[in-house]
Amino acid sequence: MKKKWKWSNLYLAIMILLMYFPLVMVVIFSFNESKLSANFTGFSLKWYETLANDRDLKEALLNSILLGVLSCGISAVIGTLGAVGMARVKYKTKGMMEYLSTIPIMIPEIILGMVFLVFFSMLNLPFGMTTLVIAHTTFCIPYIFMMVKARLVGIDKSLEEAARDLGAGPIRTFFDITMPLIAPAVLSGSLLAFAMSFDDVVISIFVNGPRLNTLPVKVYAQLKTGVTPEINALCTIILVVITIVLLVSSFLSKRAEKKY
Amino acid sequence: MSEQLLELKNIKKGFGETDVLNGITLSIEKGEFITFLGASGCGKTTTLRIIAGLETPDSGRVFLDGKDVTSVPPNQRDVNTVFQNYALFPHMNVEANVGYGLKIKRVPKAEIKKKVAEILELVQLTGYEKRMPSELSGGQKQRVAIARALVNSPKLLLLDEPLGALDLKLRRTMQIELKRLQKKLGITFLYITHDQEEAINMSDRIVVMKDGRFEQIGTPDEIYNHPKTSYVADFVGNANVISGVVQKVTETEAQVLIENQMMYAEPITGICEGMKVNLAVRRENLKVCTECKEGLEAVLEDKSFTAGQLHLTLKLKSGKTLVSCRYGMDADLKAGDKVCVGWKPEHAVFVDLE
Amino acid sequence: MKKKKSGLFLTVLPLYLFTLCFVVGPLLYMVALSFTTNGSGSSTIWNFTLENYKKIAEPVYLKSFVQSFQLAITSTLLIVLMGYPFGYFMAKLSAKWKKRMMLLIMVPFWTSSLIRMYGWILILQAKGVLNGFLMKLGLIEEPLKILYSYPAVVIGMVYALLPFMVLSVYSSVEKMDWSYVEAARDLGANSIKAFFTITFKLTLPGLLTGVILTFIPSMGLFFIADILGGNKIVLVGSVIQDQLTRGSNWPFAAALAVVLMLLTSLMMFVYRRVTHVKDLEGLF
Repeated sequence: MKKKWKWSNLYLAIMILLMYFPLVMVVIFSFNESKLSANFTGFSLKWYETLANDRDLKEALLNSILLGVLSCGISAVIGTLGAVGMARVKYKTKGMMEYLSTIPIMIPEIILGMVFLVFFSMLNLPFGMTTLVIAHTTFCIPYIFMMVKARLVGIDKSLEEAARDLGAGPIRTFFDITMPLIAPAVLSGSLLAFAMSFDDVVISIFVNGPRLNTLPVKVYAQLKTGVTPEINALCTIILVVITIVLLVSSFLSKRAEKKY
Repeated sequence: MSEQLLELKNIKKGFGETDVLNGITLSIEKGEFITFLGASGCGKTTTLRIIAGLETPDSGRVFLDGKDVTSVPPNQRDVNTVFQNYALFPHMNVEANVGYGLKIKRVPKAEIKKKVAEILELVQLTGYEKRMPSELSGGQKQRVAIARALVNSPKLLLLDEPLGALDLKLRRTMQIELKRLQKKLGITFLYITHDQEEAINMSDRIVVMKDGRFEQIGTPDEIYNHPKTSYVADFVGNANVISGVVQKVTETEAQVLIENQMMYAEPITGICEGMKVNLAVRRENLKVCTECKEGLEAVLEDKSFTAGQLHLTLKLKSGKTLVSCRYGMDADLKAGDKVCVGWKPEHAVFVDLE
Repeated sequence: MKKKKSGLFLTVLPLYLFTLCFVVGPLLYMVALSFTTNGSGSSTIWNFTLENYKKIAEPVYLKSFVQSFQLAITSTLLIVLMGYPFGYFMAKLSAKWKKRMMLLIMVPFWTSSLIRMYGWILILQAKGVLNGFLMKLGLIEEPLKILYSYPAVVIGMVYALLPFMVLSVYSSVEKMDWSYVEAARDLGANSIKAFFTITFKLTLPGLLTGVILTFIPSMGLFFIADILGGNKIVLVGSVIQDQLTRGSNWPFAAALAVVLMLLTSLMMFVYRRVTHVKDLEGLF
């Protein structure tokens, strides 16, 4: 079959190329022998070696992963429970509460960051992992809440009623029927939340405290003071990891789709 | 005497400002096929949901097998439902769907498998065990939904317009099939529909509902041939309802004056001279002739031919319109013709008597 | 009945508690803080004053608001122009290619925005990829000074936020019922007219969602301005950060934040009025 030539496809191709251009540059220059990032002088793996020996960076990476896992785990529980419960309760405060809980992703990040800074110092909370987790959980919840809520709307109410009718109690119904149906939304919401947490600079800068660095904060500080080619290597590694995670998650959701 | 299975006592239910059920009372016998018939919004689905336990009535009580189950949750009632849109679990295959109720009751796996196979054979779906709901046609989904409910051998099976989404031909087949299943299993069926043909074909008893009340309860024959109200006459029998004043009642006939013309009907108790009454005459029983003098004068407004029947729209002098229908095409009549309308006394039924 | 209700209450309780403790509480505290006086260090004197708000009207700070808005408007406009056709064309691809494109967009989207900004530094800097390329072609003699300039910041913003627009337009075009367009064509509209009278109007909520999702963050992404703009472009975000850290004037920073928040809420309000939707449903 001969494919019809379309200008729209050319446009898409150019846009995708533009999107990847900076990333490709980062990858290429991570193998650059020269310390100056202007010209590519030769292939080398030395920046990866330096990276492997940089203890600070490794620690920052571990912090970021821990932070992402904790905040996305906590917010997955709170957000999913909340969305499922909100779909059923008829409190007067419900609409207001739903709005309030999504505020964190509606306002500029810097405001959220400063709000946490002033609030936590008022409470005399020591800045560190605890404050980071609270802050990140706050802006992770809306992603999961909204995704699960949207999925719940698409689920026929009579499915749960049918389970009840066939003898399942409310809790059994939740685990047998509701949970499997919203699971893809919970998963994709959690992955999105993890990515947001893993990527966040603005809020982390305000609440990380003097001794604790996350990866983006560390990278940011280095970019401001002066670029070292190690960063190229670090970025390349992150890029590869994220690509693999995405491919896996897309594979999983494709399988889930086939099942239904 | 047959035993009572379900009793509804003065059930009331409202959503917000509107009353959906205005105090309904009914008892259903074991092994019965009973149909709730009514237009959408008449409260029939709400009644079903209250019986299933998916809604709680504002007042009144529900008794199942002599026990008060009004506040018993749906999972603890010996009642199963076939939902309007089937409500098959999309993430489970046919076998898992049908076996779900048994699995909840902790029936051993081997027995579940056996029972599911049996019921699938009964609904003619053997071999479909591993299919997902998305791979089934509408009729097949319907059968799975029925099997899923029946496999639990409920005391009462509730069916909420189960054939609504199927095409006409499939509907006819499924009607016969459902009736066959009900006879074979001896389970009480409570069926909901807005289709009077379906109700008449399948039911032992029909409950006609309107505005959250029961208009009439009776056998299909009673409902069709002896409607009690003009609503039932119109909704079930497509009848014309004509009002007049009773002039004379004898043993064999009642004379009713309609638009200055004496008409005749079969007498029943409860009517007397001078009483204002409504008469229901079904369309096919309305006689229209061009020659004769007897009957109500009318003008033919319109004629149309549908489903093998000729429908005549007739306008009386008072402006009221009647509709008659008969088989075959009648070439002689045309719009504007003056005609006479009449009926046999036994075809006119008194309705809306207190 | 009672048992069922209390069970439901337990499911929403964590969300309620968390929202009250860590969203509503801190926000109210910040608002309160904006009406106080800054003491020595980062201490606060709790007396009611409007001084902080008066201070915003000073030209230095007012300028930062104006610059922020200008930048947000410029980048959002560019994002609309580039992102709408992107999302639209994408939604018209075959199912297989849709999934592939989705993946292609998601990878850079999920990658740390810092890494992506860093990529642009490599490209835009004086001795960077772009200048090297242009000089080799002989198009320019001297390297262009793009990095640490306004255009660099705009490029960064557009690049960081474009995926939001693409995804929200994509999902609304995807959801659209094409029979409306067919009906319009059937009634005699040519493809361009059908697009503007039907498709564009039906996908407007998605477009507006995209605008919100790009406009609001663009006011707060001070680090892009920092990295790509040097010190030349001072955005509200940068001022707030400066006041929080170096200036140590928290009440004033709070006042700036309150004003910024009011402005963005105003936008959200207008958005809801225009589209009649409660959530940013286009995105999800």
